[in-house]
Amino acid sequence: MNIPEGLMYTKEHEWAKIDGAQATVGITDYAQHSLGDITFVELPKVGQSVTQTKFLATVESVKAASDVYAPLSGNVIKVNESLKSSPETINQSPYENGWLALIGIKDLKERGSLMSAAAYKTYVEGLS
Amino acid sequence: MDLKQTPLTEEHKKLGAQMGPFGGWLMPIQYSGILTEHAWTRQQVSLFDICHMGEFLIYGDPQKSGLNRIVSANLEVMSVGSCRYTSMLNEAGGIIDDLIVYRLKPDQWMFVVNASRIDIDAAHIKRYLSKDAKFEDLSARLGKLDLQGPRAYDVLRQLLGPGISALTYYTFDHFVLLGENNVVSRTGYTGELGYELYLSNEKITDLWKLLLKDNLVKPAGLGARDTLRLEMGYTLYGQDIDENITPLEAGMEKFIDLKKDFIGRDALIAKQKSGDARKLVYFAAESRRAPRHNYKIYSGTKEIGVVTSGSFSPSLSYGIGMGYVTGGYDLVGTKISVRDNTDKSEILASIINKPFYRRSSLKK
Repeated sequence: MNIPEGLMYTKEHEWAKIDGAQATVGITDYAQHSLGDITFVELPKVGQSVTQTKFLATVESVKAASDVYAPLSGNVIKVNESLKSSPETINQSPYENGWLALIGIKDLKERGSLMSAAAYKTYVEGLS
Repeated sequence: MDLKQTPLTEEHKKLGAQMGPFGGWLMPIQYSGILTEHAWTRQQVSLFDICHMGEFLIYGDPQKSGLNRIVSANLEVMSVGSCRYTSMLNEAGGIIDDLIVYRLKPDQWMFVVNASRIDIDAAHIKRYLSKDAKFEDLSARLGKLDLQGPRAYDVLRQLLGPGISALTYYTFDHFVLLGENNVVSRTGYTGELGYELYLSNEKITDLWKLLLKDNLVKPAGLGARDTLRLEMGYTLYGQDIDENITPLEAGMEKFIDLKKDFIGRDALIAKQKSGDARKLVYFAAESRRAPRHNYKIYSGTKEIGVVTSGSFSPSLSYGIGMGYVTGGYDLVGTKISVRDNTDKSEILASIINKPFYRRSSLKK
């Protein structure tokens, strides 16, 4: 299971790459692997505000439709439009090309409720 | 409840399959991935473990034994060596099971039934079968592998010789495989050219390994089996049809013979006169988003039905589904929308004729 250092993680298997006042967010390698072949992504709208732990996007695989929750509160600056035609990019590159949205962070203190790579690794190992 | 296991469980685990429950059985859902396995079946050949399904052997004249009353198709017109898709109904016309009947000899039949219905079907048949007919449940000792895909003939010819070329769609014959004489039929649930191979549980693992030695053949799980059958518009018992649904509502008119006597016939004729309250329809979505089981179907703002099966179609790259709608909304071309129970955006779709996928090798 690939869990890169430097990103922050949630128990719902989202990741956030925090860069100053912005964060790129997506779903983890564990999440894409459990979902299987991803066939559809419903992205948030640019300008929309999102709340930590609340609905951000829908990711569908052949097997199921899953909600993705925002790892941090803020407003959506940019979304990964390429996922509309190539949602399988999430399977191939969950932390890079398969990113979902760029969020302008509302409150940096919220990062305190996210996990480090090491903590998330321990958490994931405890699930299997 | 403990899940039952086929003789191939260890083989699936060796191949790295994701296992999951289906109809009371622990079955392989996928190996390399549903999309890959789906595409391989449409282009090459896939091997499916279908040992969970039930097989009954019944001895008797179709009329005298009462067997012809038990199924909705007319068994008397079947020739030896042919298969027929049909259903067993309750007195109210509801579907107890859908099944394939094999006429082994003039007075000998094999019924192939759904795994989750084996005990219910056996009880139903025995209840209506005459005393002098003989019923045998082979399910616990007979295995079945499905070999499906446009290259299935090439693969099987290597194994069974040119005799296999005589098998036309929905026929079967006996072949010697691994020293055992058993049934091979040209049938399946994928829409591709394919065969179902019956062999004792003792030999089924050897057959599985033997078929997988051919580089054209790859294992496929129930995940791909589901998307393949859905692209063809084949119903799945327990999901699209059940005891509360009649074959008329499910669009199975082709598989019933109202001119002969069978259990449930009177109820069907009465319902035919009053018109169906609901009809099974097939619909194609305008996007990649998948309609799913239990999503609601709308015409404008009016709720008209419910989705029974739906998926992203791997061959067509858009969402497809089937479900029941109120009579009058079932015409091809009708625009509908499909929604889950949340406030998420709706899926726009149109009712179309099945099958969704029209380039299959089924009858080639």
